[in-house]
Amino acid sequence: MSTAALTKNPAKRQRYVAVLLDMMNRPSGAIGLSLVLFHLCLAIISPVIVPYDFKLQDASLMLSQPSNAHWLGADHLGRDIFSRTMLGGREALLVTGIATPLAVLWGGFVGILFGLTGGRLDEILMRIVDAFLSLPWILKMLVLIVTFGTGLEVLIPTLAFFYGIPVIRIARAATHDVIARDFVWAAKARGHSRISIIWRELLPNVLDTLMVEGAMRWSWMLLAFSSLSFLGFGVSPPTPDWGLMISDARGYMSFAPWGVIGPVVALSSLIIGINLTADALAKALGIDRAQKAPM
Amino acid sequence: MSAATFINIQNLSVGYTSQSGEIIRVLRNVSLSINRGESIGLVGESGSGKSTLALAALGFFKRGLRALEGDVEFDGIDMLALERDDLQAIRGGRLALIPQNSGQSLTPTLRIGLQVAEALRLHSQLNESDFEARVVELLTQVRLPEPATLLSRFPHELSGGQQQRVAVAMALAGEPDALLLDEPTTGLDVTTQAHILELLRDLASERNMAMLYVSHDLGAISRVCDRVAVMYAGEIVLKGSTKQVLLSPRHPYAHGLLSSIPRLTQTSLPLALDGRPPMPSETITGCAFADRCALADERCRSTPPTLKQLESGEKVRCFHPDRIDQLPVVNKTVTQKGNVSADHGGDALGLNQLAISYAKPSLWNQLFSNASMPPATVDNINILIRTGETLGLVGESGSGKSTILKAIAGLISPKTGHLVLNGEGRLTPKVENRSALHLRQIQMIFQNPDDSLNPRHNIAQILAQPLRLYFSLTGEELRQRSIELLERVRLGSHYLDRRPSQLSGGEKQRVAVARAFAAEPAIVLCDEVTSALDVSVQAAVLDLLNELKAQRGTTYIFVSHDLAVVKAISNRVAVLYQGRLCEIGPVEAVYSKPFHPYTDVLLGAVLEPDPNFMPKLSADDVVELSPPKTGCPFQRRCPRKLGKICDTDVPPGRIFDNGHQINCHIPETDL
Repeated sequence: MSTAALTKNPAKRQRYVAVLLDMMNRPSGAIGLSLVLFHLCLAIISPVIVPYDFKLQDASLMLSQPSNAHWLGADHLGRDIFSRTMLGGREALLVTGIATPLAVLWGGFVGILFGLTGGRLDEILMRIVDAFLSLPWILKMLVLIVTFGTGLEVLIPTLAFFYGIPVIRIARAATHDVIARDFVWAAKARGHSRISIIWRELLPNVLDTLMVEGAMRWSWMLLAFSSLSFLGFGVSPPTPDWGLMISDARGYMSFAPWGVIGPVVALSSLIIGINLTADALAKALGIDRAQKAPM
Repeated sequence: MSAATFINIQNLSVGYTSQSGEIIRVLRNVSLSINRGESIGLVGESGSGKSTLALAALGFFKRGLRALEGDVEFDGIDMLALERDDLQAIRGGRLALIPQNSGQSLTPTLRIGLQVAEALRLHSQLNESDFEARVVELLTQVRLPEPATLLSRFPHELSGGQQQRVAVAMALAGEPDALLLDEPTTGLDVTTQAHILELLRDLASERNMAMLYVSHDLGAISRVCDRVAVMYAGEIVLKGSTKQVLLSPRHPYAHGLLSSIPRLTQTSLPLALDGRPPMPSETITGCAFADRCALADERCRSTPPTLKQLESGEKVRCFHPDRIDQLPVVNKTVTQKGNVSADHGGDALGLNQLAISYAKPSLWNQLFSNASMPPATVDNINILIRTGETLGLVGESGSGKSTILKAIAGLISPKTGHLVLNGEGRLTPKVENRSALHLRQIQMIFQNPDDSLNPRHNIAQILAQPLRLYFSLTGEELRQRSIELLERVRLGSHYLDRRPSQLSGGEKQRVAVARAFAAEPAIVLCDEVTSALDVSVQAAVLDLLNELKAQRGTTYIFVSHDLAVVKAISNRVAVLYQGRLCEIGPVEAVYSKPFHPYTDVLLGAVLEPDPNFMPKLSADDVVELSPPKTGCPFQRRCPRKLGKICDTDVPPGRIFDNGHQINCHIPETDL
């Protein structure tokens, strides 16, 4: 939707370019964007540049220390940890990269709808959302995954579904903020149709909030995916994945602690990168209301 | 302690470092001194730096700002050198601040008694056990009714005026020697404002306090201040006694500012001040006001003038203080508002027995209780608006004036009664069901252009909305029409690509006016369209509206709380109280005897920017939350109440010449 508008309307394109430049001018945006970009590039080209085959097991290398040949050592099956770390984000990025836009789309759609409905129905629906949010996420997700299996075709919709629910709240609140403003009343008084008011007056103002929310959801979702892998419900071996690698290396922490370093650094740098980007995006779009305390 | 200078600000410059590393000055070399027992008014339009200066007297700067040079002394203490703890002891204690909109500065979850006691705990030596008595004493001092019962109230249970009084009481808790007031009455109703100003004046003289009163409202300044300093673009341009500054201003800007204020004594439109003040980031080579000044010559543009003392005592930052007489005083250039004769054009809009109610009975009440509904918010409104006339609707907040506009626009449905358009037939109440022609004929302009223009659209998109909707214009035709509209509101085609955030308040309101006129409407509803604007900009917008009306014969319904503005622009005025009509008639008739008692109260509370003018306060400023169930709407506050008849019977309409009608029980001859 936004890409179509991007090419069609030069004013809009200008705004997004300005937002991007603004982000890059901020330390948080510059660091965040480069971390995210680094991980995306790595995920694309890693299969070509990895030094060792990720499946290759060498019994002589089992739990060996970092060395010149194997920079991060080897795991309990004697596989090169450096190569596996480079490849370990591919699944996570693929799954969350598809699930995040889906979550924002459906959550945003339902949230805007609730926000526009208002009244008692909206109240009832929101209480259901609250009830849903009060359950621990891991429990909800495990129920679905145990029932339907752990393939991508289950993981993506599951993540998109559960992470869309908090988006409903955000989109609804943003909608409430906008529809109370005079420009919406002005459009109504002119006699514009409901669709036209939603499309022209409401959506452009809610979209900014949803974009930032999407970036935040992405980092939560990555954590969730890695946690599922850690618990053994995400990626199946031997495919390398950070969560799975941390889980594998955990048992040998007392005598081979280097096993966790690679995946932990990789995962946290990606999540920090996304969070910094979201932060800079909110500031550049002018919807970050955080202020220094007056004291 | 010397009787002389109490607050002393010397050569103060305040600024910030921009993203490109430049130092940008918001205040430039400002000096101001206030003696004990003296009150000084600081006047200027938004962005002139007046609030920054007032806060600097506290040694406080808003985030990002810092003192670049100069001194701030309070009673001999260097405020800029103090540590935070020492500053805190002075702030709110000996030097107190009363902010604008104190409703927001009171904590909503704490009872009034506790909040005032908190100020005592911080800034007085009293024992905890004496707090309550002292709080009651303070609340009595600020003339709040029943102070003992107020202690347990929450801020939201008080009216805006009462909240402001509580803020004054809190400021007094520390027995201050000096008060800083930042627009303390802005946003309050006229009667409330007049009462608060009286209170402040009396307190200052009783306690011999120094006061720095910051306001854009010269009427308020003239009531409380001995001396006035006028600020423009971060500089003081004129300093003198209140009489000198307000009656014979010797600086062109002050002169222009004063002529742009609509007054009750005039019927013509005020004179607009063209142009806009320079931004702090612009480099100014000469006088900051040169670009907008009719007297400016080569020297004004090249050399910055210094603050010079005149023989009469004022200090002026101008090369030509002796040529002020050459500036125009009254508005001669624009078309005067034409009189609309009764037979001209016919009726534009009729409001027939209009009643509007926001209250909806809850399901419980509908089923199980027969508790009667509260009286309607707006009731029994009968007004016939003639084509080409401007009808002013005045009243305090809660008078239902905006509600009536919304009903005309179709945004709320009346409970009973109906609207007649062009004398033809009923207008469908709901906007969704109106025909395209009816929709186009009624357009609305809102109070705050920041809120009524979509921040994500550029001006071209904003103007395209009505043009596409009503005329299906596209492409080059749309663009040409948009440019034409912009030119008509005295903006150019280069505004098309800009966004509302890139325009000044006045420019934004012009765009809103252009958007309304894009529909080529027959009736334009103006809801407090100038309240959010500076006075000089207000004059320009009023001027524009009047010119558009003269060109197109548009009918206006102009809602405002400002009686002088309504007088300047309207042909006829309706005075509303609690959603009921008190008085309606031609401007000249309503603004002169005979008066409805409420009109009399309202007019008495208006503050003219003239120190010789005394407001007369004849009614309390108590705010009523709902209209009385029977009788006259004004019964509870009326200074001329007759007796029981006012409580029980709806007052009859007393008819005078020219359709002047007053709804009151008092006989015609006594009104």
